[in-house]
Amino acid sequence: MIKRLTMHSVTRRSLLAGAGFTAAGALIPDVSFAEGPSERSAAFEAAMKAIVGDTVPDTALITLELPEQAENGNIVPYTVSVDSPMSEQDYVTALHLLSTANPNAKVATFRFTPLSGLAKVTGRMRLAKTQDVVCVAELSSGRKVMGVTRVEVALGGCLN
Amino acid sequence: MKPRIKLPDTIRTGDLIEIKALIQHVMETGNRKNADGTPIPRNIINSFSATFEGRPVFSADLGSGIAANPYIAFYMRVPGPGDLELTWIEDGGQTTTEKARVEISTSTGQ
Repeated sequence: MIKRLTMHSVTRRSLLAGAGFTAAGALIPDVSFAEGPSERSAAFEAAMKAIVGDTVPDTALITLELPEQAENGNIVPYTVSVDSPMSEQDYVTALHLLSTANPNAKVATFRFTPLSGLAKVTGRMRLAKTQDVVCVAELSSGRKVMGVTRVEVALGGCLN
Repeated sequence: MKPRIKLPDTIRTGDLIEIKALIQHVMETGNRKNADGTPIPRNIINSFSATFEGRPVFSADLGSGIAANPYIAFYMRVPGPGDLELTWIEDGGQTTTEKARVEISTSTGQ
């Protein structure tokens, strides 16, 4: 994972600060859902509402592993896991991977069964620009939980 | 489309195994244009599923935000020996299916 701070992100942060974002918001990369300085697309808001309605799920149980800084938005590795016993009585039924700034917000929906044994999936996604990546998990109990992480993108994925 | 499936070398009943699946595909988003300005139609793998002896293990609805040559790694708790069947479906309905045999190791492993 590349931790180097690029010229691009330095410039962008300066711009964000100048545009009136708080210093704390602009400097902390792992902003939570509630307090992020993040713009979220109408497509994302619609996709989110289709999954959770008007409720805001707890930020819990989900671990998102994405690079803090992605050199190439065309290939951004992700691993998402949900803490669950994955038994017949208590398992993760679905995991939604959402982009807050791509043209299409719904990146993927993964569906598990007790036979999965572990609610964890790895792949590679496209990110058009710096943004939050949001995951929502649906549990067999009906509970929904979410997780958020921010990825700084140096070179955006082309119109995904 | 030519898929590849990778399983652990040694598998025992009850093991939690990671299954790695890779397929060659452009995953054209539908948002790009040719040099002459005509839109390039969307062409992606929109569905992936895995069954073991006919029982669903894992599946995915995929969008255009998935990178080209989709790689998906997921897990299964091994109930015993059997056939794992993976299916990829493209826009337009073309389907690719690949099987992998899950053999149970009887040796102590080396």
